[in-house]
Amino acid sequence: MSDPIIQVRGLRKVYRVGDVDVEALRGVNLTVERGELVCVVGPSGSGKSTLFHILGGLTSATSGEVIVDGRDLSKISDAERTEMRKRLVGFVFQKYNLLPTLSAADNIAIARHIAGRGLTEDPKFREVLQLLGIGHRLHHKPRALSGGEQQRVAIARAIVNHPAILLADEPTGNLDSKNSEAVLGVLRDLNERLGQTVLMITHDAHVASYGHRIVHMLDGRIVEAG
Amino acid sequence: MILTIVGISRGMLVDSQRRMRAVGADVLVRPPGSSVISLSSAPIPEKMIQFIERQPHVSMAVGAVNQPVGGVTVVTGIDVARFTQLSGGFRYLKGGPPRQPNDLLVDRYYAQQNKLSIGSTVSLMNRRWCVCGIFEEGKLARLVIPIQILQDLTSNPGKLSQIFVKVDNPANTDAVVDELKSQLKGYLIYSLEEFVSLISMDHVPGLAEFIGVIIGLSIVVGFLVVFLSMYTAVLERTREIGILKALGASPAFILDMLMRETFLLAICGSVVGIGFSFGTRWLIMTLVPGSLSQHIVPDWWPITGAIALAGALLGSAYPGWRAARQDPIEALSYE
Repeated sequence: MSDPIIQVRGLRKVYRVGDVDVEALRGVNLTVERGELVCVVGPSGSGKSTLFHILGGLTSATSGEVIVDGRDLSKISDAERTEMRKRLVGFVFQKYNLLPTLSAADNIAIARHIAGRGLTEDPKFREVLQLLGIGHRLHHKPRALSGGEQQRVAIARAIVNHPAILLADEPTGNLDSKNSEAVLGVLRDLNERLGQTVLMITHDAHVASYGHRIVHMLDGRIVEAG
Repeated sequence: MILTIVGISRGMLVDSQRRMRAVGADVLVRPPGSSVISLSSAPIPEKMIQFIERQPHVSMAVGAVNQPVGGVTVVTGIDVARFTQLSGGFRYLKGGPPRQPNDLLVDRYYAQQNKLSIGSTVSLMNRRWCVCGIFEEGKLARLVIPIQILQDLTSNPGKLSQIFVKVDNPANTDAVVDELKSQLKGYLIYSLEEFVSLISMDHVPGLAEFIGVIIGLSIVVGFLVVFLSMYTAVLERTREIGILKALGASPAFILDMLMRETFLLAICGSVVGIGFSFGTRWLIMTLVPGSLSQHIVPDWWPITGAIALAGALLGSAYPGWRAARQDPIEALSYE
């Protein structure tokens, strides 16, 4: 069996807010195997997003060990974290976060460009776009797309560089039930057909049921690892 | 703004040069202590015309009086018949030379600006004048009246502001200038080409400094506008920058992107500025052709382009640097 793609040991994160230290993560331990679809659930302030940000290389840990695809994130510099975000992780946000002035195709292309893969389209990626059901909507700007379509473009952008893990933060939080099902179906298909490891944060128990296992967080700790 | 200011400065000077050349004189005699660009008094005795005409190689001499009548507008008094002998005369578009004491000649631009036609009345120097002729612009002055009338009105009977001298052969111009200089101590005596060459920014007291101050102000204003615009633009794009950082864009990538956009904006701004200078020229020629003249100044295009580019790049460097170093999580949560 191969090594876990994510290994977190004793992870702590303390934020300084004014003169007060806020302990967002208080010794988190988590292991995610390759090809897993794991859902992280918990109330607001439980530390889900902070864990997401550290795993995605958006911020550093205060202490503890975080290994993603064999790389210890606790020992890398800001520049190395920036480099890691290009290829190791893909993000899907609740608010889609597409660049409003670019078409769907260009939103995907810019992620390739930033990762140094050029602007030309990868032929194999066309199949993924068909799987996502947005092949015919690529030349539209985000404002011309429905919420579900925008989120599927965001998913395409997140996986265009074949990241080791896909981090999805409340990906259905802004969608109606029909579009939520479509997006969750896409994430599950990516996981099942392409073996994409997915870590998804959610409040919704129904959404969480799409995962192979559910990790519960409370007050900066994992209280149930599924 | 810079192109328009420089264009007006140059246009006014070139217009003066063109009108002076069209007079048809070879030598110019001006009073002691006068400046190149203006004459506001008439200290030369009229008898000097006969004196000059007695000099070797001089064909004829014609005196003129200039009187400012507001802003940059000057009325010139001249003996129209003798001026016709000297220069070939005005080319009348309407009407003809003055015959009555209150007759006034105006050039086409002055007539256009003030909506004048033959018979229109104009108030100048506390007196009402009747437009008797409209002539083609570009010769001597915009407003012309008989010299004796202007001498009387300005209490300078028998006095002149300057004398135009025609030489029998242009090859003798320098000899005539030298002769007159030796005879008329203290007077400013120029060949016409020499005088025209002196009508330039460098020879108008304070003009070069004025242009320098205007350009300096333009740079400061341009810099502040670009700086604040870029700062606001970067703030508005905080979330966008956060997205790019989440995708792995490095600070160098963000800075490079912002600088490229700034460069493009500066180039576009320069092109638009050049377009505006054509627009202001059209406005001047449509609304105030009798008061102002603006030239298009292509030699200043690269200079203003460089000023715009430097201002834009310097103005965007700080906000761009701040944006590039922004925390991606804070940027993504920016509303």
